Amino acid sequence: MIRIRDLHKQLGPKRVLTGVDLEIATGETVVVMGRSGGGKSVLLKHIIGLMTPDRGSIEIDGEEIVGLKEKELGEIRRRFGMLFQGAALFDSLTVGHNVGLPLREHLRWRGEPIRERVRERLEWVGLKDIENMKPASLSGGMRKRVGLARAIVMDPRFILYDEPTTGLDPIMADVIDQLVRSLQKRMGVTSVVVTHDMKSAFMVADRVAMLHEGRIVFTGTPDETRNTKDPLVRQFVEGTSEGPIQV
Amino acid sequence: MTDELAVRGAQYLVRRTGDVVAEVGRVAMMVVESVTQSARALRSPRRIVQQMKAIGVDSLGLVTVVSLFTGAVAAVQAAYQFSSVVPLKFLGSVILRSVIIELGPVLTALVVGGSVGASIAAELGTMKVTEQIDALRAMAINPVRYLVVPRVIAAIIMLPVITVFADAIAVFGGWVVAVTSLGVNTPTYVSGLRDFFYLRDLMGGLAKAVIFGGIIGMMGCYYGFTTEGGAEGVGIATTRAVISSCVLVLISDYVLANVLFRFLFG
Repeated sequence: MIRIRDLHKQLGPKRVLTGVDLEIATGETVVVMGRSGGGKSVLLKHIIGLMTPDRGSIEIDGEEIVGLKEKELGEIRRRFGMLFQGAALFDSLTVGHNVGLPLREHLRWRGEPIRERVRERLEWVGLKDIENMKPASLSGGMRKRVGLARAIVMDPRFILYDEPTTGLDPIMADVIDQLVRSLQKRMGVTSVVVTHDMKSAFMVADRVAMLHEGRIVFTGTPDETRNTKDPLVRQFVEGTSEGPIQV
Repeated sequence: MTDELAVRGAQYLVRRTGDVVAEVGRVAMMVVESVTQSARALRSPRRIVQQMKAIGVDSLGLVTVVSLFTGAVAAVQAAYQFSSVVPLKFLGSVILRSVIIELGPVLTALVVGGSVGASIAAELGTMKVTEQIDALRAMAINPVRYLVVPRVIAAIIMLPVITVFADAIAVFGGWVVAVTSLGVNTPTYVSGLRDFFYLRDLMGGLAKAVIFGGIIGMMGCYYGFTTEGGAEGVGIATTRAVISSCVLVLISDYVLANVLFRFLFG
């Protein structure tokens, strides 16, 4: 379970998070939607301890992570997998080395066991025989899938997705959404997906949360989100420039 | 008006001093973390060897050209300053000592700082802005251990190696000029080299190279890690890494010259 309480963060002059409260139950998939630059990725980076809040609390399975030292955070992070917006693959390593890196570093695995696990996880995301390719020669969709294979290679209990479908064509975006869904079923993980892609949000979410002006202003199931009368959420779901959200 | 300007000037100076002190503190913290992480990093020597290769390949061509002409110019300048005062049989001695004590280590460090230091800062800066360093932290892999320590150790090992190579090329460059245009024959040049060669000079030069290697590696990594923004940020980080490496090499050269050649060997 992830429990976030009264989370505040200011970056330069901008108050990005102004009191976020959010609970994500074990095994649940919560989609955090909101405008670009609205603090969604910042929230995600707080959950995994990549950023430190100015104020507030984050509990992972009942353990407070705010204030932990880097080494202690390392223990928490090993329970997570994270898919970054641009996949964040290491350019100097092959696909196989990218995906197998956590196994080599944490479990001290070498040789065939790594190759076998890497092959298996690449197959889970629909990729085959690309272990020796460099990230630069992959398409955007393939990079995301390799990033996802790397995120799940250590069997995490939590997966964080930062804009998993941004920059992809609609067909590839659907492939990624299907993958997110199938990984939830296969691994039973707790997931947080940050996106402003409504089609993707409705497809993968058990629950949708809307982040607006640094706070969670709405939470509900996909059906509740579709049918809500909250003007903020309606404007976002319908994607119109007219409404309470000023551009 | 004058008072107001003076106050603003003083405030600016205080602010800038604070920034510099804070930056020195951050570099010191990275040095401390690198030292504490080095034992674990040494368990994966493959990454250090990869970096050693990269540093050698990146700098060897330029170091060869710079050293060759440094030796050649040293020969011409020495011959000019010797004229009617010192016999040219000492040409080899002067070139050798000036090269191994000073010109070899310092020019090599400036060249490597410009090429390798820039390349480290650009690579790590790009990794920073494309979230690759965040990805390492998210995987609970310490980025200082994984990225900084192998580069700094590789630079510390490779700088003395490249410096010995540069020394040899510079002495060769001096020999070419000596025999082709200054009328010094090969046996005279070589006996000049032999007569005034002291092992402590070479050791002092290599000790400098070790320190310079640490400076170049650390500055490249520090500015890479603190890169912000996109391509522009990477450019700024690269420039700062090169400038700070060069300035610190020259400052530490002065300090080391005093420590080594006045107090230790003097």
